[in-house]
Order: sequence, then C-alpha cells, then structure tokens
Amino acid sequence: MDFQSILSAAAGEHGIAVNPWAAIAYLVAGVLFILSLRGLSSPATAQSGNRFGMMGMTIAVVTTLVTHVPWKTGDATNSYVGPDLVGIAEILGAIAIGAVIGIVMARRIAMTAMPQLVAAFHSLVGLAAVAVAAAAYLNPQAFGIADAAGQIYTVSRIEMGLGIAIGAITFSGSVIAFLKLNGNMSGAAIMLPGRHIINLGTLAAIIGLVAYFTVDQSPWVFWTVTGLSFLIGFLLIIPIGGADMPVVVSMLNSYSGWAAAAMGFTLGNTAMIITGALVGSSGAILSYIMCRAMNRSFISVIAGGFGADASAASSGSTEQRPWKPGSADDAAFLMSQADTVIIVPGYGMAVAQAQHALREMGDLLKKEGVTVKYAIHPVAGRMPGHMNVLLAEANVPYDEVFELEDINGEFAQADVAFVIGANDVTNPSAKTDKTSPIYGMPVLDVEKAKTVLFVKRSMGGVGYAGVDNDVFYMDQTMMLLGDAKKMTDDIVKALNGGGH
Amino acid sequence: MDFIAIFSIFILACFVGYFVVWSVTPALHTPLMSVTNAISSVIIVGALIASAAAGSASSKWLGLAAVVMASINIFGGFAVTARMLAMYKKKER
Repeated sequence: MDFQSILSAAAGEHGIAVNPWAAIAYLVAGVLFILSLRGLSSPATAQSGNRFGMMGMTIAVVTTLVTHVPWKTGDATNSYVGPDLVGIAEILGAIAIGAVIGIVMARRIAMTAMPQLVAAFHSLVGLAAVAVAAAAYLNPQAFGIADAAGQIYTVSRIEMGLGIAIGAITFSGSVIAFLKLNGNMSGAAIMLPGRHIINLGTLAAIIGLVAYFTVDQSPWVFWTVTGLSFLIGFLLIIPIGGADMPVVVSMLNSYSGWAAAAMGFTLGNTAMIITGALVGSSGAILSYIMCRAMNRSFISVIAGGFGADASAASSGSTEQRPWKPGSADDAAFLMSQADTVIIVPGYGMAVAQAQHALREMGDLLKKEGVTVKYAIHPVAGRMPGHMNVLLAEANVPYDEVFELEDINGEFAQADVAFVIGANDVTNPSAKTDKTSPIYGMPVLDVEKAKTVLFVKRSMGGVGYAGVDNDVFYMDQTMMLLGDAKKMTDDIVKALNGGGH
Repeated sequence: MDFIAIFSIFILACFVGYFVVWSVTPALHTPLMSVTNAISSVIIVGALIASAAAGSASSKWLGLAAVVMASINIFGGFAVTARMLAMYKKKER
C-alpha cells in the first residue's frame, strides 16, 4: 500500500471526497494556528506568532482555491469544459476587495478604538458563518453533506443549525457591542421588562427548532432559527453596560470561534475545527479572567443590568465629605521629589487620549531619578489588555508595565500612586464593605501609597459601579480635577519648568 | 471523515487551546483577540467552497459575500495585530 492510498483510506468516506494532500495541508494550517497563539506568550516572540498565523491562513486558503476550482461542465448553449475563468476572477476579486478594506481599516484605526474594531471584526466572522451555513443549506451537495435526493445528513443538520445560530448571535451581539463601544448607542444598561423570560423563551425556541430541523429540513425551520438567533444576539447584549464590555467582547470572541468550529464539523475540515476550538477556548478563558477580575459570575454579567440601579441606592447615603484639591504644580512637585511613582491608568485615560502625555511625564520623572511603574488592572479599559496596548503605543517599555498581582505589594513602598482615569479598580471598599456592589473584586491597593494623586473629571461622577470611593477623602489624597490629558500636559509643563 | 474522528480532533484542540491561551501574557490580551479574530476567519474555506460550487446561484453569491467579509477580517486582523505588536518594546538599557 503506497502512501497515497493509505491517506485516501484515512480520509474516509463521509463528507466531501477529501483529497488526502489537502487534508494534510489543512492539518498543517491548524498546527500553525496553534503556534501562532503560542507565540503570544511573550512580546519577544509575538511577532513570529503572528507570522505563523498568516502562514497557516495562506496554506488554508491556497489549498481550498486549488482543490475547489470553479468548473464549467458545458451545457446546451456552451460546450466549453474547463475552469470557469469568470468564477475564478469573482473569487479572487472578492478576496482583493476584502483585503483592501481590511488593510485600510487596520492602518487607520486609532489604538483607543481597538475595542470597536475587534467588535466589528467579530460581527463579520459571525455574518460570514451565517452566509456559509446558508450557502451550505441551499447547495448541500456541493459541500458533500447531502445524499443524491438532496436530503441533508442528520449530523450535518445539527452542525449546520448550531453554526447558523452561533454565527447569527455573534453577528447581532457584536453589532450592539460595536454601537455601545463606539458611542452610537448609550453605554448604559438598557433594561427591557420581562427580558429574562423573553430571552429564555427565544433560546428554548432556537434549541427546539434546531432539534426539529433534524427531522424536517424545510426552509421555514432554517430561516426561523436564523431570525431568532439574530434577535437573541441583540437582546442579550442590549442590557449589558459599558464597563462589562471586556466580558462581552471576550465572549463574542469565543462565539466566533465556536461558529467556525461548527462549520468545520459541517465541512469535515480540520483547520476550521482546530481554529474554532482554539478561538473558542481563548475567548472563554478571557471571559473567565475578566469575570474573576470583577468578582462577578459569568451568569450575572450576561443577565446584565449591572450599575443601572446601584447609583440610585447609594445616593441616599452619600454625604459631603471633605477632600483636598490639588494643582498640576503640586502634583509635579510631589512626584519629582518621590523615589517611586506607580501610575494606575484606566478607561478615562483612553477616552482623553492621555497616554502620550503620560509617557512624557514618566520620562521626565525618570530623568529626575524617580522609579516609574505602571499598574494595570485586568478590567481597566473596554477589552482585555486595552491599557497595555495604549501604553505600548505611547512607547512605554512593556517591562515597566505590571499586572495587578505582580505590583500590588509595591504600593506600600511607593511614594506616589498616580491614578488617571480609573476609579472602581482602586476602591478599597471592595475589600472591606460587604454591602458594596464591587465587594470581593480584586483592587489595586493605591490607598497604601504615601500620597495618592487622583486625576478625575469632577467630584460629582461616581465610578461605573455607582459607588463612592473612600480614596478621594483620605488625608494623603490630592484630587486633580480636570481632563486627564490636559492635567497630564500641565504636569509635564510644570516638570519642564524645573522651578521647584 | 467520520464524526467521532472529527469530534476527537475538536476535543483535543480545545485542550490545546486551553493550555496555550493560559500561557499568553496578559499584556498581549488585545493582540490575542485580534489574532484569534483573524484566524477564526478560516471560515473563508467554507465561503470559497460555496463560491466555487456549481448548482445554486444564491449559494454562490452568499459564498462570495462571505469571502469578502472573511478576507476583511483576515487581512485586517493580521495587519492590526502586526501593528500593535510592533509597538511593544523593551526598555533601552
């Protein structure tokens, strides 16, 4: 038995007549995708990881193009038999259109807008999955998932039903996430009356119809599943507020993976299955990390509504407490006299685009002999790792940037904690106040620093969770009220002035 | 391929994914999302099959639309990941 026939035997009988070399190529692509994620374990190897990903994708696409050339078989009007050149041109044209749009988007996007871009990309994966599943439903023989009479195999019906449902949820959920992140839609949690019942009912209907699809492949079943799935995607994300977006974006990331995996099952394609499993687990792990960083259960995030009523509850007990205002000059003086300054950035820094000014401030302090470190809370920002990217964009070396658990012990020795655009992630009541909505959430121990400089727009607003932060009223805290970028610029000016 | 073989690959890949993703440094979680975004567009394989197949015009056009969407993601995802990763620099000593 030669190698070719062993492969052919291994390729099996179900599904499309698999070219064994193509099957191996898809497997290689899958392995390259694994290596691609592996590369991200360190910034030093990350770029090669990204290249592995590109290689894997190139192999998968070229293999498919070569094994699925559009073919003219000739008919009554045209006896031409051979490659369908128009068909080939259409496919290559479609790829080229996507390439231009994608590359232009990737070049132009501001780093602060990364969460929106990722949400937009997720929606495209979802919609592409829907389109592929619909194409497979309309032309099952081409995908090798139906018998000669056009009856789709039972197992393929389940895979297809799941694929279209997950794809549609990914699409509509990501569209809502995009609109919220992009500010086209209020970031506040929007509550519909009876939404839990509506959601559960819709979900049950989808599951029931996918099950029914196995015995009846009529179009109405397929398209109703599609429609309901689009609907539930909207309904699921609408009640989730802005600061829970890191969980939502990770969750949609996970869904886009499961959608790809479901289509991989339909096509019996290892590259798609491996990738789908990788992306699915990646998004699930990120969601888990984000939930843990907020001490919330995944269910409570998905149920939504966090922060919607908390501010009403706490407003009754809020009394006017004294706090100390400070100026940019004061801040510059305090920090230039310090040995160690730990900077705690949050979403407010991203909104104000203050990262470049912040890096400049850090550079000037370092010149004065101050040790500058950055402390990142896992849910700072609107997506996992959001702050790290912004600091990297501003040329902050990544070895000055530390994660919560690595730096939290150092606040006690720090002279200054400089909090800019963060609030809830520094709130000590998460450690002490059992009635606080953020109780149990791991927080940065900024209150242990000798001095806390807190950059904040105004004293009026509370954090996303709607709770007051005791740090504002401590003796060693100085509130720097104003726009994060303008304040940082003023501090830079004061440091440059050298008048102290 | 029969279902069990494919299912086995899927389950094993979930475990590989689990361990590989836990080893990703939190500083790179945003690039992780953009690169997983790009690679999940391997769904383009299905789109290409649909676009190349004869027999149903609507299936073909859905396929072509999916090719455009997936390739926006592929090129955009890898390009933006490369752009981000190029920004991560070590301290100059």
